[in-house]
Amino acid sequence: MTTAVKVQLGLAAAMFAAAPWVINAAPYEATMGLVYKIYFFHMPSAWMFLLGAIVAGVASGRFLFGKRQASDATAVAAAELAVVFGLLALVTGPLWARKAWGVWWVWDARLTSSLLVFLIFVAYLLLRRFGGPGADKLSAGLALFGMANVPFIYVSVNYWRTLHPKTSVVPTLPVSMGIPLWFCVFAFLLLFLALLSLRATLERQRARVDALYLSLDEA
Amino acid sequence: MRYFRVFLTLALLAAPVLAGAQPQPSPDEFQPISQVPVEEQIPAINLVAAAYALVWLALLGYVWSLGRRLQKTESELTRLEAKDR
Repeated sequence: MTTAVKVQLGLAAAMFAAAPWVINAAPYEATMGLVYKIYFFHMPSAWMFLLGAIVAGVASGRFLFGKRQASDATAVAAAELAVVFGLLALVTGPLWARKAWGVWWVWDARLTSSLLVFLIFVAYLLLRRFGGPGADKLSAGLALFGMANVPFIYVSVNYWRTLHPKTSVVPTLPVSMGIPLWFCVFAFLLLFLALLSLRATLERQRARVDALYLSLDEA
Repeated sequence: MRYFRVFLTLALLAAPVLAGAQPQPSPDEFQPISQVPVEEQIPAINLVAAAYALVWLALLGYVWSLGRRLQKTESELTRLEAKDR
């Protein structure tokens, strides 16, 4: 583990430990009251989910078209993180919606497309695990398809009728709500970067283990 | 036969009680309301606590799982490299 990763992990852990106090200091929202505070973990989870999808897509593109083997490890790491953070966003969202909207789930464009991208990355990981030879290229294509959906998820709330808050909410947040949000976003981002680096290292080590098994078999 | 008699006696004794505990007849029509009744509303604090607990547990679990996988692969790599020399 490099020093940079250790610093990122330590800082993220400290920020996650401090987060309950920072979030508690934020005011309540006029119509949603207390339950809107799920937003401070829900939105950073959703952003890391989309970031994971973008990183996996870009790295897969570099692997497929640039023949860069190292990018494949980054793509696998980012895809796994997209699934982890996507799951958090898809579970915390309904917990918030149940109180704010009165229902756990609605099949609107934002929620449905998020679920679709989440399932694409679950399929990516299953393909890597059980796909056999050639699965790396097939899954890279899948990651590109997953990444292509990200802009659609982001703008969907502005074009289709939905109960979900629009993208204009974040830039118009008052300072007292903005500080806890950006604090949490930064904590999630640090954790994401540290985990991405560690997971990519694991993938490279696995590739090295496979190569060693092959060379030992040939010897 | 003795067990049957005991069962029959118990069933006869319980019959009036069970008859009184019949479910309410099904309603003839549903009546819509726009708000969830107050007694059925989930307190916000339960949902907020569940959301935060879930995020914490999931992330800690993932970090722990990643650490274990890294340790396992590192030890396998060390063993194979020693064998390869």
